[in-house]
Amino acid sequence: MITRRLVRALDERLGTTPIARTATAKVFPDHWSFMLGEIALYCFTALVLTGVYLTLFFEPSTAQTTYSGSFAPLRGEPVSAAYASTVALSFDVRAGLLIRQTHHWAALLFVGAIVLHLMRIFFTGAFRKPRELNWLVGVTMLALALANGFTGYSLPDDLLSGVGLRIIYSVVQSVPLVGAELAFLAFGGEFPAAPTIPRMFITHVLLVPGALATLIALHLAMVIRQKHSQFAGPGRTEQNVVGSRFWPSYTVRTLALFAWILAVLFGLGGLVQINPVWIYGPFDPAQATSPAQPDWYVLWGDGALRLFPPIEFRVFGYLVPGPFLPGAALGGLTFLALYAWPFLEARRARDPRPHQLLGRPRDHPLRLGVGVGALTFFTLLTVTAADDIIARLLRIPVTGLLAALQVLVLTVPWLAGLVGFLVARALRANGGVGIAALTRADVRVALTRRPPAQPDAAASPHDRQTAGVEVWQQADGDWRWRYVDPRAPDLTGNRAFPSRGAAVDAARTAYPGRTIRSIRAHHDAAREASDAARTMGRRVGTVATWTALLAIGILRRRRQRR
Amino acid sequence: MSGRPEKAERRQRVAARWTAAAFGVSALAAVAFAAVYVSGGQTQAAGAALAVAFGGLAAGLTIWARRLLPTGGYVEEHPPPGPPRSSRRRSRRRRASADPDRPAPRRALLSMLGLAVGAIGAAALFPLRSLLPFGPGGPTRALRHTPWRGGARLVTADGSPVRPADVTAESILTVFPEGHVRAGDAPAFAVRLDPARFTVGPPGGHVDGLVVYSLLCTHAGCPVALYEQGDARVLCPCHQSAFDLLAAARPIAGPAARRLPGLPVIVDGAGYLRATGDFTASPGPGYWSRR
Repeated sequence: MITRRLVRALDERLGTTPIARTATAKVFPDHWSFMLGEIALYCFTALVLTGVYLTLFFEPSTAQTTYSGSFAPLRGEPVSAAYASTVALSFDVRAGLLIRQTHHWAALLFVGAIVLHLMRIFFTGAFRKPRELNWLVGVTMLALALANGFTGYSLPDDLLSGVGLRIIYSVVQSVPLVGAELAFLAFGGEFPAAPTIPRMFITHVLLVPGALATLIALHLAMVIRQKHSQFAGPGRTEQNVVGSRFWPSYTVRTLALFAWILAVLFGLGGLVQINPVWIYGPFDPAQATSPAQPDWYVLWGDGALRLFPPIEFRVFGYLVPGPFLPGAALGGLTFLALYAWPFLEARRARDPRPHQLLGRPRDHPLRLGVGVGALTFFTLLTVTAADDIIARLLRIPVTGLLAALQVLVLTVPWLAGLVGFLVARALRANGGVGIAALTRADVRVALTRRPPAQPDAAASPHDRQTAGVEVWQQADGDWRWRYVDPRAPDLTGNRAFPSRGAAVDAARTAYPGRTIRSIRAHHDAAREASDAARTMGRRVGTVATWTALLAIGILRRRRQRR
Repeated sequence: MSGRPEKAERRQRVAARWTAAAFGVSALAAVAFAAVYVSGGQTQAAGAALAVAFGGLAAGLTIWARRLLPTGGYVEEHPPPGPPRSSRRRSRRRRASADPDRPAPRRALLSMLGLAVGAIGAAALFPLRSLLPFGPGGPTRALRHTPWRGGARLVTADGSPVRPADVTAESILTVFPEGHVRAGDAPAFAVRLDPARFTVGPPGGHVDGLVVYSLLCTHAGCPVALYEQGDARVLCPCHQSAFDLLAAARPIAGPAARRLPGLPVIVDGAGYLRATGDFTASPGPGYWSRR
């Protein structure tokens, strides 16, 4: 009742109903891999919520104080205000440790979700025209997420992150010609400088999150404008999107996902310790922890630094510092390659057409090979970052392990890429049944010549003969349409139209060239289901209200007794 | 035919009951979280309570979405991007004839506008220079010099001056220039070696086998704080570079490519160790203008 009145009031003033109708009818494809980006979005939301709470207690300053909180082993130690406030918010602020650890876990999962999302986009070719722009936005967001992860990780001014910061400082210093100036600009002087923590703080809580929020809005706006891509299947064409509507199914599903993510994050934050800075101790320029590993998403950079041979040389009298090639150059090239890939691939394939249907990874053997090779390379670098731990566990000298890893990093990615390339080609040759069903003949075909591309399943002539579109008028006078294919479930047009002509236009856009015929009123299952949901919602609301009242009553009584 | 809808209805009723139960659990867990907070805020209990609260919400919403709401079965048309054909034709016609809505472009004015905006943009970059807090000589000068100078006494982390007898052969002693214990580029270490085993003489000289080197790895600046007495090697815990102290701190393993700079020291009249100058080279990681 109240909702309906509110909706009417808004519509009379802003004319929101047509927008809301289109928005709620928006169709999302039903495939699990479309969830990865959503996970990143909800991790970001959790990061903002927990992060704001932390800023109320954290003190971004390197001013020296003496620790006097409730963590006994540190009492009387000279520490920075940043470190002291981090330990205080972990031990002396109620729920502070829970929120701090949840924030850290959310950051780890945030980058993880972004990387998985990127892999999905890459291997299915979702970055192709018309979505190259959104790929650029996404890659930028990955860079920003890494930057914000690292600045946040360094804020507590503990020994582990301080050593990491020093390494980043030397990598920045290794940038050609302006490295020293750049490092001083970012860090506010020679490491460790007093302005570093305040500068990282404002970057971490305002500049980068602000940029991320803007880019997320842009990212989503482009998805809404361009609509979702989808995997091929019955009834799915380049001119339509098949799936569930935003309201009600996807609204509830996405809220469920948000709640799942909060549940996992708070569970981890409460039960699994992360970044215990009181064990690492305060930063001291003359000390280092051993072993020293950063958070997972910078391990590849650290691994590259460990693995690169001791090479420093001079160019025109300038020293090229050791961290330049494995640090600044590798990082720069990685992102350059990510940015450039959609354009390189389009240019190589001479393909100016837009793509709304996604490919399977195997459909593009070269892309699959490159992707698998790159993933193997970065995975090996990540493993290398733990070389001291591996050497200790296996009881082998770390120098020998390092030499072996150097050989592996230079060879295995090529091999893995080649295997990925050949498997993809073999799968295309045998009709793509599965890796287990590959025969020697398929492999031979893959090795010798380019197998023919699979014919497009959506546009087969058989489809064209049997499948068609039906249009009908509902009891309320609006017109609907549906696509009927005897071999697959019916697909109903996502919204109602005021006239038959409008409904037919929509159907013609989604299924060009199909026969369209009018039928009598059609049983509307969706409406019945939404009615059932409404009854359920009312019942749940009643239960929730009673529970809340009960809880308030109990709390009051407790307070009175005191 | 009549059995099927009944069965579906019953299934829906069961799902609705589960959803309600999950939301109930969620509400109870939220109350539990509040109770944990009021009674001291034990981290594990609070985290578990919140996890159950959001988990219950999530489970309820999931069952609701999967069992009570329609999944799939919809199709939305997806017209190709770009304006419809009719408007394209119109815009082409517009460009051809003089149009009161499109006054003739004033190129000179546009270029002057570009100049003004560009100049303001460039001028706005100047305040960024304030972020660079260095004096004459730029960062290179700051990087080249450390607080070590002739006459500076070697002190330990707590500020007490070091006598030769404080330096042993078993472990390295971290030392700093007096008054600069927290300087980032100054940390050094002293250790006693057997001069007969030197294959290359220490760059800063030695006092009866007592040598002093910069503590900062020449690769990425981590303190080389691990000492192996037998081989007289120091190791960096960050990237496993190793330096041979018997051969003037030559890098022998890992990614470091330059020797550790040495610090020339003497024993003063009062029996304390003093530096006679700065490190023999810039300490720590390399930079482009490093000599």
